[in-house]
Amino acid sequence: MIQVHLKIQRYNPEKDSKPYFKDYAVECEPTDRVLDALLAVKGTLDGSLTLRKSCAHGVCGSDGMRINGRNMLACKVLIKNVSQPIVVEPLKGFKIVKDLVVDMKQFFEKYVAVKPYLINQETSPEKERLQSQKQQERFEDTTKCILCACCTTACPSFWSDPNYVGPASIVQAHRFIFDSRDQGGEERLNLLNQREGVWRCRTIFNCVEACPREINITRAIGEIKRDLLFKKI
Amino acid sequence: MFYKGKEGQWSWIFHRITGIGVLLFLAIHIIDTMLVGWGPEIYNKVIAIYRNPIFKIGEVGLFAAVLYHALNGIRIMIIDFVPEFTKYHRQIFYLEMLLFFLSMIPVSFLMLSH
Ligand code: HEM
Ligand code: SF4
Ligand code: SF4
Ligand code: FES
Repeated sequence: MIQVHLKIQRYNPEKDSKPYFKDYAVECEPTDRVLDALLAVKGTLDGSLTLRKSCAHGVCGSDGMRINGRNMLACKVLIKNVSQPIVVEPLKGFKIVKDLVVDMKQFFEKYVAVKPYLINQETSPEKERLQSQKQQERFEDTTKCILCACCTTACPSFWSDPNYVGPASIVQAHRFIFDSRDQGGEERLNLLNQREGVWRCRTIFNCVEACPREINITRAIGEIKRDLLFKKI
Repeated sequence: MFYKGKEGQWSWIFHRITGIGVLLFLAIHIIDTMLVGWGPEIYNKVIAIYRNPIFKIGEVGLFAAVLYHALNGIRIMIIDFVPEFTKYHRQIFYLEMLLFFLSMIPVSFLMLSH
């Protein structure tokens, strides 16, 4: 066991006028995750510390937060791999509900806006809709998204324009636009072909660095930009 | 706390700073050239200010800003047109930096010794 020092941003809108940092020290194994340290703080030092988490194994996407200045999943990063004190802040650019919990309503509204479901007017075949391996590989990368919002809230274009649809929604759109079984590509491309669609992206790559699923997000955005440029006009 | 972006975030910040910087220079340059309209005396007086050695360093800075902006602009366009290269964006950035410094060494020498 080692001593782990944390510096956590706290904010309770009912009591505090603005967010502030508070220091904590807990005992953990170096191979524990940062999430374990946060839960140790909550369990042994201050039960009012508020955060989201569920699977604790990098699957559900609920514990995205800023750790030492970079977005990541608290459940995926080992204590021994980050420098101390571990500075923990909520995702940047969303309204803070309390401590590390942010309001993701608009994030999910933008997700729904890109129609993240199969659109196909043909009568469904008796069995599954077939697709070659190559056709599957075309969009395989963007199927891995867990909607943690680490990408969107790492994006300078999003910070300066909260209406930017954001990398996460573009990843979701890409997953269907390039699916050979889907016919809704045109609708989604029209939606993204706007000032606040893919053209807000400035190829800064913060999203790619932040994505815990290692999705090449900027490439997905670039492929949609290229499609819009050469196919539509 | 400032978001700790890597190469991509820095390249973008410098692109914006150099873009706005060069734009500012152009604005000033247009104004000082316009002074000719008020006669050669005023013009010569103002232009004489530029003989100050500070402006020599400033000129090197201007060249550096334009060079960085142009090289980085080309990098952005390459990535825009060939999204497959996003995988190597870091390498392309370091190549760009290498070209930048290789050009800046002889250019600063020539400009400052002139
Ligand atoms: C030398 C040739 C130049 C090239 C190849 C070039 C290239 C570019 C490119 C590709 C962008 C878009 C960046 C992005 O998508 O994020 C850009 C932005 C910009 N450029 Fe240039 N440019 C050049 C010259 C100039 C000059 C002479 C000025 C100033 C008068 C200038 C001012 C700007 C500004 C203010 C921006 C916006 C920066 C931003 O959005 O962050 N550029 N340039
Ligand atoms: S690459 Fe585009 S979407 Fe990703 S962080 Fe940069 S500007 Fe945002
Ligand atoms: S693309 Fe990556 S960072 Fe963005 S929401 Fe999906 S999993 Fe999270
Ligand atoms: S708790 Fe589910 S991804 Fe971290």
